[in-house]
Amino acid sequence: MLTAILCLGGIGLIAAATLGVAAKKFAVEVDPREAAVLEALPGANCGACGEPGCSGYAKGVADGRLAPNLCTPGGSATIEAIAAILGIEAVAAEPRVAVVLCQGDNEKATEKYRYLGMADCNAAQKLADGPKTCPGGCLGLGSCAAACPFDAIEMTASGLAVINRDKCTGCEKCVSVCPRQVIVMAPKASTTHVLCNSRDKGAQVRKYCQVGCIGCNICKKTVPEAYQIESFLARVEYEQDENAAAAIEKCPMKCIHDFSTGYPEGSRLGSKKAASGENAAA
Amino acid sequence: MVSLLLILISAVFVNNFVLARFLGICPFLGVSKKVETAIGMGMAVIFVMSVASVVTWFIQYFILNRFGLEYLQTIAFILVIASLVQLVEMIIQKTSPVLYQSLGIFLPLITTNCAVLGVAVLSIQKSYSFVEAVVFALGAGLGFTLAMVLFAGLRERIDLCPVPNSFRGTAIALVTAGLLSLAFMGFAGLVKG
Repeated sequence: MLTAILCLGGIGLIAAATLGVAAKKFAVEVDPREAAVLEALPGANCGACGEPGCSGYAKGVADGRLAPNLCTPGGSATIEAIAAILGIEAVAAEPRVAVVLCQGDNEKATEKYRYLGMADCNAAQKLADGPKTCPGGCLGLGSCAAACPFDAIEMTASGLAVINRDKCTGCEKCVSVCPRQVIVMAPKASTTHVLCNSRDKGAQVRKYCQVGCIGCNICKKTVPEAYQIESFLARVEYEQDENAAAAIEKCPMKCIHDFSTGYPEGSRLGSKKAASGENAAA
Repeated sequence: MVSLLLILISAVFVNNFVLARFLGICPFLGVSKKVETAIGMGMAVIFVMSVASVVTWFIQYFILNRFGLEYLQTIAFILVIASLVQLVEMIIQKTSPVLYQSLGIFLPLITTNCAVLGVAVLSIQKSYSFVEAVVFALGAGLGFTLAMVLFAGLRERIDLCPVPNSFRGTAIALVTAGLLSLAFMGFAGLVKG
């Protein structure tokens, strides 16, 4: 009994003493700001900053290797806290919001078949690639709205997801849940978008959607720097889209939309001028 | 020499610590999302297992056996391994920041890992000599790394596959781990022991 206590106690004591000495001898100086920054971060280890985790980002910020505004989940509060620790001016990260690139609700776009299954886009997509004739259009069953933690997605009466740009925090949950990649992230300041996700040729698109992009090039001819056409589908170049809105009237399919003038037709958000806050940002 | 080789092959394939003995499942599931981190973890485990088996071998034969305290094996081993890993972590952090970058974050995770303790206890149970114990620990570490890297590769591919919602994440990972374990059962009978 006594030997057992002495033996184990002895091993423990030796180990403790060794560790104690080693802790002093091998102490590594850590930048105190690094710990402070780590404290200020949300600690979700989400990787949105491009680093493996919050500790990696804190180290990068303390070293001056990384900008202090890369933590999107933390938002402006975190950025300000980090800036205060480092003693520098806070520069807010460009806010990004999700956009549903489709206007083809059940009235404007045709169906391949009548889907009567469970109200889940992923389930519908598994059944012969979804009930919509258009291969890229919003299925309108609301998987994104269910996934949205901020209640920022509205499903219109005619089956189209519309994202409330004031409520959207840019968490990208809806982007990952959508089976048709119809939701994309774009700078909040860019209010003009081509609301179509069909890469089919124009003649085909006309058959199944009244508001689909046919790749006619008119928008690119009107504002060359702001549009890019690929696979018969126009996209706004978000870096240089100051004049993108000028092409809205020219578009023969009316598929370019400026959110600063309201939300797409059919949305309850459309009536009130909810998107007005973005004018100032733009 | 042949017996050493047999111990090595047995520890890597036949009695793989993760897939046949089901030890160290926690890091096997936790750190296997990417091949890169799986390799880092595997290297850390090889290292810790080898060092721990050396130290515990001496503890067993020079302290515990001598005073007739064999029944304290588990607690003594845990104590020694945990403090040893802490010590090694401190030394690496100071002397080689590069190595610390690649192994450091995994070291605290395996201080009291059951696979590490398992190696120490098993090599005593099998009354291995010192050299045999070291080779056994090395083989166990290699086997763990092999299992981790294979599993991480599978999980990387699964991430790109249309897995039904109810199976996503841990569920499909556990199913995959089970299948991988079944596949490793094919090595049974290759080497006895």
